[in-house]
Amino acid sequence: MECSSFIILFYIFALSIFAGYQVISRVPQLLHTPLMAFTNAISGISLVASLIVAGEGLNTVSSLLGAVAVAAASINVVGGFLITDRMLKMFKKRGSSRP
Amino acid sequence: MNFYNYLAGLDLRGAAYLITPLIASILFLLGLRGLSRAESAHRGMRLAAFGMLIAVVGTLLSRSIVSYEWILGGLVVGTVIGIPMGLWIPMTKMPERIALSHSFGGLAVALVGVAQYFNYYRQLGPFDAGAVSFEVLLGTITFTGSLMAFGKLMGVLPGRPQTFTGQNAMNLGILAAALAIIVILIVRPDQQVLFYTLVSIGLLLGVLLVVRIGGPDMPVVICLLNSYAGLAAAATGFALNNPVLIVCGALDGGSGFILALIMSKAMNRSFQNVIFGAFGATVQQKCEGEFCSLTPREGTPDDAAELLKFANSIIVVPGYGMAVAQAQHAVRDLADLLEKSGADVKYAIHPVAGRMPGHMNVLLAEANVSYDQLYELDAINDDFQRTDVSIVVGANDVVNPAAKNMPGSPIFGMPILNVDQSKAVIVLKRSMNPGFAGIENQLFTSPHTMMVFGDAKKTLAKIAAAMKN
Repeated sequence: MECSSFIILFYIFALSIFAGYQVISRVPQLLHTPLMAFTNAISGISLVASLIVAGEGLNTVSSLLGAVAVAAASINVVGGFLITDRMLKMFKKRGSSRP
Repeated sequence: MNFYNYLAGLDLRGAAYLITPLIASILFLLGLRGLSRAESAHRGMRLAAFGMLIAVVGTLLSRSIVSYEWILGGLVVGTVIGIPMGLWIPMTKMPERIALSHSFGGLAVALVGVAQYFNYYRQLGPFDAGAVSFEVLLGTITFTGSLMAFGKLMGVLPGRPQTFTGQNAMNLGILAAALAIIVILIVRPDQQVLFYTLVSIGLLLGVLLVVRIGGPDMPVVICLLNSYAGLAAAATGFALNNPVLIVCGALDGGSGFILALIMSKAMNRSFQNVIFGAFGATVQQKCEGEFCSLTPREGTPDDAAELLKFANSIIVVPGYGMAVAQAQHAVRDLADLLEKSGADVKYAIHPVAGRMPGHMNVLLAEANVSYDQLYELDAINDDFQRTDVSIVVGANDVVNPAAKNMPGSPIFGMPILNVDQSKAVIVLKRSMNPGFAGIENQLFTSPHTMMVFGDAKKTLAKIAAAMKN
């Protein structure tokens, strides 16, 4: 990696932190558990990296490591979104049938 | 490279690989924005799930992927385990569930980092070496740290903090050694022994950092581990030159950090305290003050029902005890009865009630309590003085007046719910044992308070039965 591309990636990182702060600080205490389940699901984005390692076909060791990583990350993606969905469906207001 | 030639040379596959991370990142941000209101939260979650699908499909189209067998195997295993973890785990087990999934996140990132190093250690530049090193360090700390938190929450490991002298110095020393190794690896990326030492140190640090944390401090620790998991994913993005990992990792890391700050503020702990995890040690506090020599006034469920019959305004204060007794449905049943007889029922939720942020809200939502009845600390604290009866269900430290009037107390300065100001208080508790922090609670011996001992779920059912007669 060149220094210039590191700087660009760092800009992306800093901007995301900033944008994330803007939206996350508005999440009410009511929804903090769903927020954790939600960020847990999107942290399964490491699935993207795991897919590349598992599918690169370089050698058995790295394919195996990659496959275990794919399994671990996809548990978070699948389980994380399912449980967030289940949780958010429970939050109801009186007199409304929809969450 | 000429930009126009580059664009002209893109086929559908290349274009998809180029554009999907951007679309996914935007969808994740929109999804998080949806969580700012309960009404839009569900739509936000669907947007993010769609974003994840797009990111995965875009990656699968990448030219660097040449074989799909290992991928398929991993995806099948992950889905088979993930579906039951999403659908069948009860809401009372959410803290355990979240801790366990943080450990999976840490594991995935650590394994990717090790594989990257294993394949490319001869060609790594200084920036790559730094990124991979941070990736495995954060990944391994998250992995073992979250497993420890999971074990403590499950009760497999002792919930009390395990401390010994020099623990802080030792942890800081190990952390410094890890950072020193990273510096050497940045200069000499091909030092394999050092790299695998770093992996072992990370695994060890995760255990050491969490072993000293006690149960009530779990909300902060879970948030911090959430943050570490995110930062580890972001480091992977740096190592792989992949922006969507950086965006997602930053969102996740930032979210965990913000929640950890909110939690530590709600416990009146300093920021250093949070970062170094130097808290949770048991402090035995002798009771001082006017109510200490008094014995608590004990009541039966019938007495409590009698008191509630004449109450017009009621505030329910749930705590971890409600989760342990799984009493959320019983709480709601009693509240229904009270509302039917014309009383006004509200719920006061302290930010650190339970074992993770928002724990009580989810449990009460599960029991079909309307979310407009759930109030945050600041929104309800002035209402207690106008309240006839407060019902404390398994909460202790968050209602302890010592936080306001006993300067020597370990929890002094912590914002608490002003339950002591209401005209009468009913406390449901298993026994008179002090709470996890080992601090006497003056509220329990106050003359306005009636203690009803026993399992909260059964007691609530008995009170409800007595109300009906």
